[in-house]
Amino acid sequence: MIQIKQVSKSFGNVNVLKDIHLEVPESHIYALIGPSGAGKSTLIRSINALESIQAGEILVDGISVHDSKTDINKVRSNIGFVFQSFNLYPHLTAVENVAIASIQVKKVAKEEAEEKAKKLLTSLGLGEKFASYPGQLSGGQQQRVAIARALAMDPKVMLFDEPTSALDPEMIKEVLDAIRHLASTGMTMVVVTHEMGFAREICNQIVFMADGRIVEIAPPEQFFTNPQTDRAKDFLSKVLNH
Amino acid sequence: MGSWRVIPEHMPILLDGLWMTLQISACALLVSIPVGIILGLCRISRNRFVSLIAVCYVEFVRGVPLLVLLFWIYFVLGKILKMGPFLSGVVGLGLFSAAFIAEIVRAGIQAVPRGQMEAARSSGMTYFQAMRFIILPQAFRKVVPPMASQFITLIKDSSLVSVISVVDLTLIAKNVVATSFRAMEVWTFVAIMYFCVTFFLSQLINVIERRYRVSE
Repeated sequence: MIQIKQVSKSFGNVNVLKDIHLEVPESHIYALIGPSGAGKSTLIRSINALESIQAGEILVDGISVHDSKTDINKVRSNIGFVFQSFNLYPHLTAVENVAIASIQVKKVAKEEAEEKAKKLLTSLGLGEKFASYPGQLSGGQQQRVAIARALAMDPKVMLFDEPTSALDPEMIKEVLDAIRHLASTGMTMVVVTHEMGFAREICNQIVFMADGRIVEIAPPEQFFTNPQTDRAKDFLSKVLNH
Repeated sequence: MGSWRVIPEHMPILLDGLWMTLQISACALLVSIPVGIILGLCRISRNRFVSLIAVCYVEFVRGVPLLVLLFWIYFVLGKILKMGPFLSGVVGLGLFSAAFIAEIVRAGIQAVPRGQMEAARSSGMTYFQAMRFIILPQAFRKVVPPMASQFITLIKDSSLVSVISVVDLTLIAKNVVATSFRAMEVWTFVAIMYFCVTFFLSQLINVIERRYRVSE
C-alpha cells in the first residue's frame, strides 16, 4: 500500500533521511520508533507530502506522491493524518471539524457529511460533544476528534505522528484504544510512537530509525526480545528500563 | 466666555461637512479593505515576485506622508485620469489605508499556527480552500482590534482631504472660522464631532468583537 524507495532528504547540510526503503502492505500496521532526531516525523510527513523529498520516490496505493504531475490534493484525501498537537480548527465545532473536508473536498452535501461525522464521533465515544469547540475539550477528546476528522475522508491509509506525545498520562489510553479499534478494522497504518507496549501489541512490524536511517525492521516479538543491532539494543535498554 | 451662538447658526453647514467626511471615509474604507486584503495575501505568497510587489507597495506608501500622497494623486494622477477632489481623496485615503490593512492582514494570517494549514492541506483541501475556510476565519478574529484602530485612523486622516478642496468637516470649519472669527468655539465643537463619530465606531466594533469571542 505504501512503498518508500531510496528516499533522501536534507535540511541544508544535515541529512535527515538517508536512502530510506520501506514497504507497508495493505492492512498492516508499522510502528516507527527511535530516538528523537532520527527522522521518524520527517519520514511520516513525507508520505503525504507535508515534507518534500530530494531523492527517491514514495507510492501510496500505486500513486507517486511527490511527482509534480500527481494531484496531491486527491492523494491526500485518501491518507488520514493525525498530528501530535491535534491541530483541530478552533473556530469550528467537533462536528464541523470532522465534516468540513468532506463538504469542501468531496463535495458531499452538508447534512450527509454532518450525519456521518456524528456517527464517527459517537463511535469514538464523543456522542455528547458534537457542538463543542476544541477549546472546550480535553486533550484526549481533541485527539479523538482529530482521528474522526481523518477517518471522515474514508482514507486507505492512516498516518499517526506521535498521537499521544502531547497528552496527559491519563488520556493516553483513550486515544490508544481508538487506534486499537481502528487496527481491528484492517486499516493500513503507520504510527510514530514512543509507546513501546502499544507498538508491541498492535503492530506487525517495528521500524527502528536512528540518524536518518532505518537501522532495523523486525516483527515486535523479535525486535523487543532479541534486537539484532547494537543501536537498537542501546535504545531499548534506555527506554524499557525505567 | 466666547459666543457659542456661532454653532447653532452654522449647524446645517457643519452637518453637511460631517456628512462629506463620513462619505469619503466610507468610500475610502470600501477601497482599502479589498485592496488591503489582496496585498496582505500577496505579501505572504510563496511566489517571490508577487510578494515583492506587495512589499514595495507597502514600504513605499508607508514611507510617504499622506498629505504628499494626496497632493500627488490630486495634482498628478488626478489631472491625467480626470479625477475630481472627491475621487482623488477616496483613492488617496483608500490606497494609503490599504498599505496598513495589508500589514494587519499579513500579521493576522501569520498568527494562525502553521499546523492549521498542514491539517487542512493534509485532508486534501487546496491552498485556497484552506485559506478561505480555515486560516482566514481565524485570522479575521485576530485582526478585529487592529483593524478597528485603522478605521478610526482613516476617519481622522480624512480631515486632510480638505487641502485638495474636498468640502469636508474640516474645510467647512475653517471657512466658518474665517467668517465668524470664533476659532475656539468652532474648533472645539468640530473636535467633539470627530470624537463622537470615532467613539461610536469603536463601540460598534467592541460589540462585533464580543460576539465573535463567544463563538470561539
